Amino acid sequence: MNGRAILTIFNFEMARFWRTPWESLAAPVVSTVLYFVVFGAAIGTRIQSVEDVSYGAFIVPGLIILTVLQQSLANASNAIFMRKFVGTIHEILAAPISFIEVVAGFVGAAALKSVVIAVVIYLTALFFVDLPLAHPVLALILLILTSFGFALWGFLMGIWAKDWQQLQFIPMMVVTPLVFLGGAFYSTAMLPPFWESVAKLNPVLYLVSGFRWTFFGLADVPVAASVLALALFLGLGFVAVWAIFRTGWRLRP
Amino acid sequence: MSSIIEVRDLSKTYASGTPALAGVTLDIREGEILALLGPNGAGKTTFISILCGLVTPTGGQVTVGGHDILRGYRAARRMIGLVPQEIALEYFETVMNTVRFSRGLFGEAPDDAYIERVLRSLALWDKRDAKLRELSGGMKRRVLIAKALSHGPRILFLDEPTAGVDVNLRREMWDVVRALKAEGVTIILTTHYLEEAEEMADRVGIIDRGRLLLLRDKTDLMHEFGQKILTVELAEPMTALPPALDGLGLTLAPDGLSASYRYDSNADRSGIARLLGSFAAEGVAVRDVATAQSSLEDVFLRLVRDLA
Ligand SMILES: Nc1ncnc2c1ncn2[C@@H]1O[C@H](COP(=O)(O)OP(=O)(O)OP(=O)(O)O)[C@@H](O)[C@H]1O
Ligand SMILES: [Mg+2]
Repeated sequence: MNGRAILTIFNFEMARFWRTPWESLAAPVVSTVLYFVVFGAAIGTRIQSVEDVSYGAFIVPGLIILTVLQQSLANASNAIFMRKFVGTIHEILAAPISFIEVVAGFVGAAALKSVVIAVVIYLTALFFVDLPLAHPVLALILLILTSFGFALWGFLMGIWAKDWQQLQFIPMMVVTPLVFLGGAFYSTAMLPPFWESVAKLNPVLYLVSGFRWTFFGLADVPVAASVLALALFLGLGFVAVWAIFRTGWRLRP
Repeated sequence: MSSIIEVRDLSKTYASGTPALAGVTLDIREGEILALLGPNGAGKTTFISILCGLVTPTGGQVTVGGHDILRGYRAARRMIGLVPQEIALEYFETVMNTVRFSRGLFGEAPDDAYIERVLRSLALWDKRDAKLRELSGGMKRRVLIAKALSHGPRILFLDEPTAGVDVNLRREMWDVVRALKAEGVTIILTTHYLEEAEEMADRVGIIDRGRLLLLRDKTDLMHEFGQKILTVELAEPMTALPPALDGLGLTLAPDGLSASYRYDSNADRSGIARLLGSFAAEGVAVRDVATAQSSLEDVFLRLVRDLA
């Protein structure tokens, strides 16, 4: 294990984030505030509360997961795609490191960025709503795992993408719809029975539900199912990256 | 001399079906400078890329310092520094940081004093805080060399290091390479400047269409294929050689002002004395005499033509 290499990649990726903290944080925070205004204020006045939680507070965990997914995917996929695009990926490939170090460095940095952003959104939300946090440690663990999982899949997308269009494709066409339909802004209990069962096929629902449970102690699906879904998601991503580095697919001709 | 890299029957066919290497076998000796020559698309970069871990071979084995490049890739790659043919850099980084980054990737502890020495030897120290996008092309190429040297490799691959570098700088770079050799670093370089191979290399390999056509000590090569040309300038133009001078292998220039004669500089009897004697005997006035050694370039062109 080449710990220095991990740290080198990690620090390099984080440097830009710390250098321009304002830019790094402003965009996700501003969009979160917009969600508050639009959903919390406009819809919140009609939907008083969801299962005893005020609607404004209810949407916070979903908003955090939404942002985490987008940021993790975007950060990790951009980091590796840019290197492929510019050609500096050579350096990484010629270094005495395995895929574990590469993933730990790139994906770790992308995940940390998401976690920082998530915390900032949480703190911002405190200005707007009363927000209990029933299981803070579990919340942080789920947050870290979710960030890491999506950064991992973002990393895979960055390796897979051959051009900018492909890089934008999955986040736009797959992930954003899944998040919006994944119960970020409503409880599936509010859906008609048929759509409730359809929604349960959506993996993002399990993440949102599990994360929301750590706040309010209420969930759409059993917490164990959420943890299982997360573990599966992480495991699959890890195996996929391992296979890619083993075969050299789209990395080593 | 012991070999530091052993390549056995190495082949590569890209997914597109292009056979880039077709069974290359060679040993690279510790501490030597090996120059690889060959036309565009010959497979030089592919060869280097496989040894450095950038391209997966489709056949054959390679060991670097006794470590298989696939099974023992960590140990093998630690010994290697690569200066790629294409310039690719993080344009918003500073020179110093990008070299530190390379060193870190190889797992070496930070050592700014060492990096300073490397940057100084490449005349980059003044530019250490400059952003890479602010550098000229030649400077960028030297930054690539600094990055490749950042972890103190025992083997350095230089894929056309002097492409786009001006004459002065090229000489400076040769000095850097010579200094590295003096420190015991093994150097493999590819080049299209035959002058460079002639100047620098201990051995020369010629690759064409994925095959190693030849691998020889440079001096042997120059000897073996080295021909000299004797040019005799005539005082009076001639339309044809006098009969006594005909049949000696002389060629009269179209303008009739000079005659040239090719001979093997290694042969015991070059025939020059007899030739010049014949000029005197025929009473042909000679204005001047010059000899020239054929260069590696001539050798190279001839080989590629002969073996094609
Ligand atoms: N990534 C790749 N995918 C498919 N074919 C490739 C790839 N890289 C190189 N080739 C092909 O392999 C052959 C050898 O290319 P290579 O780059 O090794 O040549 P070279 O000797 O370095 O040439 P040059 O002097 O122009 O740099 C060429 O036919 C080239 O088109
Ligand atoms: Mg090349």
